[in-house]
Amino acid sequence: MGMLIVLGILVVAVFWAIGAYNGLIALKNRVLNAWKQIDVQLKRRHDLIPNLIETVKGAMSFERETLEAVISARNKAIGAQGVAATAKAEGELSQALGRLFALSENYPDLKATGNVAQLQEELTSTENKIAFARQLYNDEATLYNTKQLQFPTNLIAGIANASPAELWAIEDAAERAVPKVDLGFNKPPTA
Amino acid sequence: MTESNLFEQQAANRRRSTWLTVGFVAFTGWIGFGGDWGLYLLTRDAVEGYRHVVPGIGAVFTAIAGAVAWHAWARGPEQVLKSAAALELLEAASPDQMRLNNVVEEMAIASGLPKPRVWIIPDSDPNAFSTGQDPSRAHVAVTDGLLRALDRDELQAVIAHEMAHIRNYDIRLLTLLAGMVGAIVLLSDLCRNFLRFGGRVGGRRSGKRDANPVAIVVLTVWLITLLVAPIVSRMMAMAVSRKREFLADATGAQLTRNPEALARALEKLDGASAATRSITKGTAHMCIVDPAERRLHGGLGDRFASHPPIGERVRRLRAMAFAPAA
Repeated sequence: MGMLIVLGILVVAVFWAIGAYNGLIALKNRVLNAWKQIDVQLKRRHDLIPNLIETVKGAMSFERETLEAVISARNKAIGAQGVAATAKAEGELSQALGRLFALSENYPDLKATGNVAQLQEELTSTENKIAFARQLYNDEATLYNTKQLQFPTNLIAGIANASPAELWAIEDAAERAVPKVDLGFNKPPTA
Repeated sequence: MTESNLFEQQAANRRRSTWLTVGFVAFTGWIGFGGDWGLYLLTRDAVEGYRHVVPGIGAVFTAIAGAVAWHAWARGPEQVLKSAAALELLEAASPDQMRLNNVVEEMAIASGLPKPRVWIIPDSDPNAFSTGQDPSRAHVAVTDGLLRALDRDELQAVIAHEMAHIRNYDIRLLTLLAGMVGAIVLLSDLCRNFLRFGGRVGGRRSGKRDANPVAIVVLTVWLITLLVAPIVSRMMAMAVSRKREFLADATGAQLTRNPEALARALEKLDGASAATRSITKGTAHMCIVDPAERRLHGGLGDRFASHPPIGERVRRLRAMAFAPAA
């Protein structure tokens, strides 16, 4: 009888361990998938920037410094590796783009062309998509991190090879103060 | 603090709608098998003659209810979109449509779900709804009027609310509820006609011997339930729907982290007083705001409303917002 009880407890423990292990693996994959989502959107932003530069170059030629800052920030962002470095480089790119957008307000004839309005909508949307992908990533990563530290799942965390996922923090104080770079572009396109 | 408010609201909403749904299923079960139980009690002690042991009424009811619900399930979303004369947005033709497409993509990313199919309803009154069987086969439909009335943040908030319905499986729940209400109304009508005919035949048998008093009580209660079933089931469906609206508001605010925008959007939608003509009564409970002409507020009007009062929704949203949006 005593044997049976011990055996029963053992079986329950094994089933629990399998469940906890699989749960952690599933969460880990969700974190990885969320990270891939950010990647997709960042790539899209990088692809849109040359287009943007090409379109505004003519009208804004004497803002060369700003344009070049955007280009160099983009090139740095493409080369960045790891969560922290990518977050930093992308933050800088966001800032550079924000300055460009702010300056473009001084060129009303630029906004008048439908092409630019369309590009603006695309970039606004891409900025939003990056922000939301980042939000999803941070939410999933937090869930994963909490789960692997909580008792009793933390007993299994070692076996499942779980280690805390890095959150996408906003490094730059300036970006933290102004989380949205698309200010002034929330109005429906006028074209 | 605000976050915990939001998640607490979600949890509370989910609990309440679970209980309502359980109640709904139990109610349907009672309508089906309550009669069987009463008849069984009534004829249990009979020495000779008919003994009601096979729950035939329940079996037939379950079959009919199942068939109706299955039909609503399989064909519902298609019919809803068709009845609203919605056109699928495949290629954005105007800046408004491009914006809508982008906003839906953004909210799909925020919720971590595949992008639903997007439909536009040619109607100048602002409204929106979502439908479908599950997140991978979901549809979001908005009216022309909505695209014109809202700015980007507000549109985003409305789409987030719809994505919340999709993520919370409300689209499935509401489709099923519509099926269940339809089935109950049908069955109740069927029974009333049957009883009008059957009552005369059965009348002769009584008085032969004292009937089991428990059986009489059970049968009486069952008959009364049958009579009020259509009203009660509709009220319960509306109650589920109201709870899900609050939940979708909360989840939507979690997706955009901007409850204020949804509050503003709701106020704008409430301000547009015209009825959404292209949306039929059967779809009313799926829309973000009640498409009916003017809503009765307070008392009985609220019991039969598919949506909670806008003022209450706005108040709850504002309670979540830590600061007015810049």
